[in-house]
Amino acid sequence: MIQADLTIILPEIILAVYAMLALIGAVYTSKDGLAPVLVWSTAGLMALLAIWIATNGDGTNVAFNGMFVDDGFARFAKVAILLSAAAVLVMSQDYMARRGLLRFEYPLLVALAAVGMMMMVSAGDLMSLYMGLELQSLSLYVVAALRRDSAKSTEAGLKYFVLGALSSGLLLYGASLVYGFTGTTLFSGIIQTVHHGDVSVGLLFGLIFLISGLAFKVSAVPFHMWTPDVYEGSPTPITAFFATAPKVAAMALFARLLHDAFGGVVKDWQQVIVLLSVLSMLLGAVAAIGQRDIKRLMAFSSIAHMGYALIGLAAGTELGIKAMLMYLAIYVTMNIGTFAFILMMERDGKPVTDIDALRQFAKRDPGKALAVLILMFSLAGVPPMLGFFAKFGVWQAGVSAGLTGLVIVSAIASVIGAFYYLRIVFYMYFGDENDEPVETHSSPVLWTALMGSAALMLVGVVYQFGIEGAAAAAAATLVN
Amino acid sequence: MDNILSIVTFIPAVAAGILALFLHGDDDAAQRNAKWVALVATTVTFLVSIGIYTGFDPSNTGFQMVEEGEWLLGLKYKMGVDGISVLFVLLTTFIMPLTILASWNVTDRVKEYMIAFLLLETLMLGVFMALDLVLFYLFFEAGLIPMFLIIGIWGGANRIYASFKFFLYTFLGSVLMLVAMVAMYADAGTTDIEALMSHQFSSEGFSVLGVYIVGGMQTLMFLAFFASFAVKMPMWPVHTWLPDAHVQAPTAGSVVLAAILLKMGGYGFLRFSLPMFPVGSAVMTDLVLWMSAIAVVYTSLVALVQEDMKKLIAYSSVAHMGFVTMGIFAANQQGIDGAIFQMISHGFISAALFLCVGVIYDRMHTRDIDAYGGLVIRMPAYALVFMLFTMANVGLPGTSGFIGEFLTLMGAFQVNTWVTAVAATGVIFSAGYALWLYRRVVFGDLIKESLKAMTDMSSRERLIFAPLIVMTILLGVYPSLVTDVIGNSTAALISNYDTALAAAEAVTQTAASH
Repeated sequence: MIQADLTIILPEIILAVYAMLALIGAVYTSKDGLAPVLVWSTAGLMALLAIWIATNGDGTNVAFNGMFVDDGFARFAKVAILLSAAAVLVMSQDYMARRGLLRFEYPLLVALAAVGMMMMVSAGDLMSLYMGLELQSLSLYVVAALRRDSAKSTEAGLKYFVLGALSSGLLLYGASLVYGFTGTTLFSGIIQTVHHGDVSVGLLFGLIFLISGLAFKVSAVPFHMWTPDVYEGSPTPITAFFATAPKVAAMALFARLLHDAFGGVVKDWQQVIVLLSVLSMLLGAVAAIGQRDIKRLMAFSSIAHMGYALIGLAAGTELGIKAMLMYLAIYVTMNIGTFAFILMMERDGKPVTDIDALRQFAKRDPGKALAVLILMFSLAGVPPMLGFFAKFGVWQAGVSAGLTGLVIVSAIASVIGAFYYLRIVFYMYFGDENDEPVETHSSPVLWTALMGSAALMLVGVVYQFGIEGAAAAAAATLVN
Repeated sequence: MDNILSIVTFIPAVAAGILALFLHGDDDAAQRNAKWVALVATTVTFLVSIGIYTGFDPSNTGFQMVEEGEWLLGLKYKMGVDGISVLFVLLTTFIMPLTILASWNVTDRVKEYMIAFLLLETLMLGVFMALDLVLFYLFFEAGLIPMFLIIGIWGGANRIYASFKFFLYTFLGSVLMLVAMVAMYADAGTTDIEALMSHQFSSEGFSVLGVYIVGGMQTLMFLAFFASFAVKMPMWPVHTWLPDAHVQAPTAGSVVLAAILLKMGGYGFLRFSLPMFPVGSAVMTDLVLWMSAIAVVYTSLVALVQEDMKKLIAYSSVAHMGFVTMGIFAANQQGIDGAIFQMISHGFISAALFLCVGVIYDRMHTRDIDAYGGLVIRMPAYALVFMLFTMANVGLPGTSGFIGEFLTLMGAFQVNTWVTAVAATGVIFSAGYALWLYRRVVFGDLIKESLKAMTDMSSRERLIFAPLIVMTILLGVYPSLVTDVIGNSTAALISNYDTALAAAEAVTQTAASH
């Protein structure tokens, strides 16, 4: 019995054991000297695991009496998480090394966070949900404060920790209410109680608290306050990590909880998700207009994007989940490219994040400027880039679920949001000359990430590497 | 050639790809190569597109040369032309080599400039051929990107404001259309334009937020599409982006904008609004007709007081587009034939007028009307060309401008006499502003010192104008060239429209009698 359970969570075990062994190994040997090797080996292991999960997984397997679920949905999310985490890791190596930030803990903390995220998307129980969430969050708090001698980085870590603890509290409180009113923490048990008809006020409270806790993790408005500060304060590679894998994990967890445990009462949580979505899209679009710092700008951009992805969740249908998964996959790809560029931006060896410095960048480096242009238009959702199809998918799901009002609001928000993406293009292509132009320090990895992600935005219109089919299959296993 | 439509559409894009990948450097040789590649590519596109015209069967009212293939998200890659779209395709391929020739003097980032124009051509052609809603939207919207860059990079002093206004204005209109498209997909289960034309969208009235909506779904969808096409057209009062964009854009950008991009709005009305939402269109007809009449008169008056030549012609474009919307929503044979004719003819005339401005702008670097005067003395050939197109713009019989205005007025007269009476005054105003412009620029004494060294048109410039002159006069004396091609398709469009309206009427009456 236990053997079967262990086989199911073998990928998680391998990654966790690797992280612990590597930690011990590094402590007893050359410590930070081992860091470059660890970055590559962690990324390599993650990529291998992703390939393994993608090719080997089959059907729905349940381990530990339903606490851990390995199904198509979880596999889709895990592949996205592992690949994006691996990409961010290799992208950060050069940046961190040149600034003396490449400590051996960094890749291992990312690996542990990845274990937590894999746990989250496979959670079949409120306890395993919380375990996964906390493992991920604790690792992230530490990496946010990785630059110990920088006030901003420490502040980011602390702020993230305090607010994260608050949200965990909310989540736990909700979980205890749900347990109290249903008598079980298993999703499969909760959904049966809920199916029996009336949802008591207490259970509803529990649900709302759970949603609030998770909304914090996906940085949906009004639980977004930490995002801009943490994005700005953390070292850029960490910001890139925050913007990608944890977002996928939290959204997937959100979908799993709402569908596996509360799938019978879509109407009850739909209105809450709609509200979160509308607020996120509007605030993400409006608040970013005044930002001059590209990391803060990307923070608001990610808030807005989570709002769009939430439309898919709000639909409460299979089509909605499929659209949400595709949205996340495309969003992560765009963000990896964009952050690859942000990682390149520097002047005299110091990182630059002011978008003013981008003026006339296209004259100095037309290739990279073109790639950023494609990514910006894709983020804005302008066809023919893939970002448009991401939006089209969630809108389609929204309209067929009868949420036309939500879709109209999101259409208007996307026009407002287009302004700040356009402004970056405007600076690069036809802004006035700047006295302090940005230089780019490009490593082969960063160059590949930037160009590859931009190319995918165009190629994806013709061929999507089977993502659509995988997302559809994943959605079908979650919603039935 | 089975897939001639795709070939025509993507030749320019392939040429753009070749330029982007294989042409390096920015010296004179590279610039010359970029220009020649672009010129050859657009010319080849035009020559191949003649195959579409010769292979087109005007007696067939359905879509022809259809290509179909699977695409992502359950959408289809489907291209085809019918009588309504085929001439716009040819207009596009015809105008593009001329714009490349008109850009021969560009020296700043030539390679990128040519890539932008080539991509723009692909996207514009795609708009007129796409037979899938989302494919249409993709081409329609993507065209904003190269145009944004063309205005922004190669534009005039106030180009940043103009490019943002252009992009955001049209983007806002379009996303509302996209929402309606998504709703259509949800309702009909397909994005195939051919299938959607035979799909009946519900026209039962309902209340939204306490407002009763006559025509229900159809009216709402009509409004969403209207938001996009009215901005693109552009109709009064959402035309304000156009003068800014025109004034700031480089000459070739203005030509493309006026000759082709504006026609997408009118094409959209004919492709989507009338056939798919007949009830919604009927509900809104009076409003649109009056908006058109106001547009004609108001923008003509505004054109009278302009100091900037490009702005004047831009406002005159808005006025002429007013005739187009009036003809379309008259929804009879003369009206719609006239509207399409007017769009084609305006494509040649407005292109030529912007090129005329470009000729003297290249020499004097100003567009102020006051800076000129007496040009006829130094530039007789130019004066002749400019006069021909001024007259065509006014609608002088014998030029193509006359046929379009006359047909649309005749069509509208059968529907709404007052609108026609008001719009007809616009013909007089247009004579006013166009002739006055001509008088101030070309006639009078040559007193300004700076003008005394002006040279007449070069052979390259003459070469650009020659085809436009031929087309304007040819269509003016032999309009059947156009009406024979479009006639059957528009007749089918109108009969479907009338049938759908009668059917909806019958449903309402049976509902009322119960």
